[in-house]
Amino acid sequence: MCTTCGCGTDQVLIRGKTARHPNKPNEPLHFRAHERVVQTEVQVRPPLPNPLPHAGEGANESLREINFDRSEAKRIVKLEQDILAKNNSLAHSNRKRFAESAILALNLVSSPGSGKTTLLVHTLQALKGKLPLAVIEGDQQTDFDAERIRATGVEAIQINTGKGCHLDALMVEHALQQLPLPQDGVLFIENVGNLVCPAAFDLGEAAKVVVFSVTEGEDKPLKYPDMFRAARLMLLSKCDLLPHLDFDADLAIAYARRVNPQLQVIRLSATSGTGMAEWLEWITTACRAERVAAAQTA
Amino acid sequence: MHEMSLAESVLQIIENTARAEKCTRVKTVRLEIGQLAGVEAESLRFCFDVVTRDSVAQDAQLEIIETAGLGKCTQCGCETPIASLYEACPQCGSYGLSVIDGDAMRVKELEVE
Repeated sequence: MCTTCGCGTDQVLIRGKTARHPNKPNEPLHFRAHERVVQTEVQVRPPLPNPLPHAGEGANESLREINFDRSEAKRIVKLEQDILAKNNSLAHSNRKRFAESAILALNLVSSPGSGKTTLLVHTLQALKGKLPLAVIEGDQQTDFDAERIRATGVEAIQINTGKGCHLDALMVEHALQQLPLPQDGVLFIENVGNLVCPAAFDLGEAAKVVVFSVTEGEDKPLKYPDMFRAARLMLLSKCDLLPHLDFDADLAIAYARRVNPQLQVIRLSATSGTGMAEWLEWITTACRAERVAAAQTA
Repeated sequence: MHEMSLAESVLQIIENTARAEKCTRVKTVRLEIGQLAGVEAESLRFCFDVVTRDSVAQDAQLEIIETAGLGKCTQCGCETPIASLYEACPQCGSYGLSVIDGDAMRVKELEVE
């Protein structure tokens, strides 16, 4: 298990059932499962010539080193391969799939407890009937969140990552096989509540949307800069609580823009409805852009 | 951050290479990890030891080459060493330097038998 964030190698569950290897149906899919060979250009460097023994003192020791080296027959294989190459290539195929169906895929990320699910429920209620919608829910355990989403009448699928601290592109690919795709609509992917790990794993989304609640510290963007750097939009949530808190919203936004000057920001509250119209407008504009792009490539 | 996933991806790259190269043992694994890649080297070492048990890379030495962060100011074009993503440009003071080096995570090479 990872000592930094607690992620591990538990089995991945989709709709509560063990996800299977695509190539080995009898084996369960593990978090970051070992499958799918990534083709790599392999360049083999011939073994380096052994050093000559030094004259005089120490020559015997050098000789022993030479023999040792020969018996081991070392070879260097040059790779220069990106560690995340496999995830990135699966994310690329997810992205292609979304583009073909003109789906706006949004990856919602935040720390635990920022109000992502509540915000999502209110967003779905507002968009239902106007746009085709679907949701992928990521959590370590339980399908409580997917239940909350389904109660709105929108199709949702739960991925349980076990001890895994983030969703990856393979998990999303599996979930897509069981989820009716919202053609010309929006797919919301609610990531595991974690402001660190999901920043590095591309799922094929059009944009990462980071939810940052005013009950957190203003300096969170500086403490966890990777996520704010990777996001296109920041939703400053629970703004209805501002009068009761000692939270400087302008400072929080300034910190976030220090990490990412292009970051778009919407202040909102799902409970009071403040800022929701702006957020819904952002979604419909992005959705229109996906459709235009799909029509141009068709 | 997510070092267990990264260690497993590294193992997968090693196993694929070992199969293709028909080698029986991997002695050394050299990684290049950028200072801005958000990876905790000690945590990665711990996870690497765990995931490589009973594999072709069991007991392999893990060498991590850390590359320094290098940023470029989007306003004045100045290039500067950076240790974090929120540093200001030393010349003009603006934020949001684009990262031009030090964010990579690569398996550079393997020493195999």
